[in-house]
Amino acid sequence: MAQLIETRELVKEYLMGSNRVFALRGVSVTIAEGEFVAIMGASGSGKSTFMNLLGCLDSPTSGDYLLAGENVSALSGDQLAAIRNRRIGFVFQQFNLLPRTSAQDNVELPLLYSTVPAAERRARAVARLTEVGLEARLDHHPAQLSGGQQQRVAIARALVNDPALILADEPTGALDSRTSIEIMALLQKLNRQGMTIVVVTHEPDIAEFASRILHFRDGRVLSDQPNAPRDAEAQLVQLAQLAAPEPEAAA
Amino acid sequence: MNLLATLRIALKALRVNLLRSTLTMLGIIIGVAAVITMIAVGGGAQARIQEQIKSLGSNSMILIPGSTTASGVRLGAGANQNLTEDDAAAIANEVPEVQVAAPSSRSSGQLIAGGSNWATQIYGVTPDYLEARDWPLATGRVFEPAELAGSAKVVLIGQTVATQLFGDMDPMGQSIRVRNVPFTVIGVLSSKGQSMMGTDQDDVVMVPLSTARNRLFGNTQGKLRRVGTIQVKVREGASMDDAEEKIRALMRQRQRTQPGQADAFTLRNLTEMLAAQEESSRVMTLLLAAVASVSLLVGGIGIMNIMLVSVTERTREIGLRMAVGARGSDILTQFLVEAITLSSIGGLIGIVLGVGGSWTIGAFAGWATRLSPQSIVLAVGFSAAIGIFFGFYPARKASRLLPIEALRYE
Repeated sequence: MAQLIETRELVKEYLMGSNRVFALRGVSVTIAEGEFVAIMGASGSGKSTFMNLLGCLDSPTSGDYLLAGENVSALSGDQLAAIRNRRIGFVFQQFNLLPRTSAQDNVELPLLYSTVPAAERRARAVARLTEVGLEARLDHHPAQLSGGQQQRVAIARALVNDPALILADEPTGALDSRTSIEIMALLQKLNRQGMTIVVVTHEPDIAEFASRILHFRDGRVLSDQPNAPRDAEAQLVQLAQLAAPEPEAAA
Repeated sequence: MNLLATLRIALKALRVNLLRSTLTMLGIIIGVAAVITMIAVGGGAQARIQEQIKSLGSNSMILIPGSTTASGVRLGAGANQNLTEDDAAAIANEVPEVQVAAPSSRSSGQLIAGGSNWATQIYGVTPDYLEARDWPLATGRVFEPAELAGSAKVVLIGQTVATQLFGDMDPMGQSIRVRNVPFTVIGVLSSKGQSMMGTDQDDVVMVPLSTARNRLFGNTQGKLRRVGTIQVKVREGASMDDAEEKIRALMRQRQRTQPGQADAFTLRNLTEMLAAQEESSRVMTLLLAAVASVSLLVGGIGIMNIMLVSVTERTREIGLRMAVGARGSDILTQFLVEAITLSSIGGLIGIVLGVGGSWTIGAFAGWATRLSPQSIVLAVGFSAAIGIFFGFYPARKASRLLPIEALRYE
């Protein structure tokens, strides 16, 4: 499989007053197309910084980052914005949906910053929301949706531009355990369809759903191991058998 | 990102905080309404002065004899009776800009009608005089050619004279003795009100020029057909300055004035004096508008203030938009459009209120107001400009946020 992500000795340092603080001290990682990678580590381990660099939200102090063969470590702000728009879908811990805005409009948002005509925007947003099982909630505002549903809207938004990569930063951090598994099941389904997914998490249970786990500590990769992923779908069925069927978790 | 979508986002953002948006707009609304109303009030004052110019007779000039020197004693203007009816005819015929040139003589005298008497101004005129001064009759008729030629004893009386001599009675056909000569009233002049100097222009009687010459003012003037003044009305659209120059040249020639010698007459452009007054009211209007503009400025600062608050409040939204691909310029446009929308809607409401306010002042305070389309265009342009000017700083601030920091903002 082709390499989607290749980082070479990525270094990121910040100035805190007059102190130089290293967030990343040289990280070289390659991720192939179609992988499902979990990045773990304590806070301050550099995993979030690495995530920001992978997401082209920030530029490294030194080192190279090749995304689908293109070196993006030295691009300008506007060029990075275009890359984020076309190549990367983000899923955040706090969902980051626009308040008082319908699910459909939220999903259309990335398309507003590309050159997709209005009719196609609508069609694609509806298709993605259907894919995440929210075809009946197109007009609902975030406040009218449960946490799990909000995160599904966010995933639909991440998918709407047909990105090469989905970056999920603690996607289950604000959800209860059952809903967390549902979200992971959705991500696994997308991964089976060929989507490359990188999840940052500090919960080992969540990392278990990935096929490869990277551990970060002190700005370096501590370990990089393949993992036999747990099947979230099967776990859901198990849960349903154990407990009496309960309604979908409220927000 | 196209402009229509941006505008829709802006309208939505403003609707979410409807009360806040409305209060912010209020500054612009009041400013624009004040500017329009003030300019309308000032314009009304100007219009009223123009009315006065009209009452003088529009485009009018007056030719009076110059001073004369008798044995080294210089007499004042008008002392030298050197204008004639022929001068008037020559001006009317030879200066193309001139519509009418009406000779007139003036004196004062006592009027007697029945048991009452009244001292007033007596004018010897031709019907041209009334035309030159835009002075129509209220009732009756003007002098006929036969009356002008035959020194007929007919008289037109002013409103004040009519009231003083006849009270509520109809003066038409009544007999008046002017300087003890019996006349018949054939018409009443319409009211002209006070002159600029405060004298009552309606306190007057008019008789044919020939009658005045031969029967009332009778002296040597008679043979020479001398007149006191020549009232000139310049054609609509013709240049007053050109007319003035040509009349001056013509009169110098007719009076055989040598080059270098002073004019033996005075030509006064009455319109000029009022134009000066009009100018001062224009300055007043500008002053009022300037004061009103200050409130527009304050309104603009209000917009900037609220946009800054909005940028801070929506930092996470900005971060998200950037994460999904918005460039700095997209964010800049979005907030700028929001500010412009705010100020433009405020401007439109201000126009409605300003027009309504001018109308109300006109209707209830009885002030003349005149809306000027320019002031409306100006107000719209100004309010949009305020949106751009005061919206730019907050918008730029938003566009320079770093996506990761904006996303993490609490």
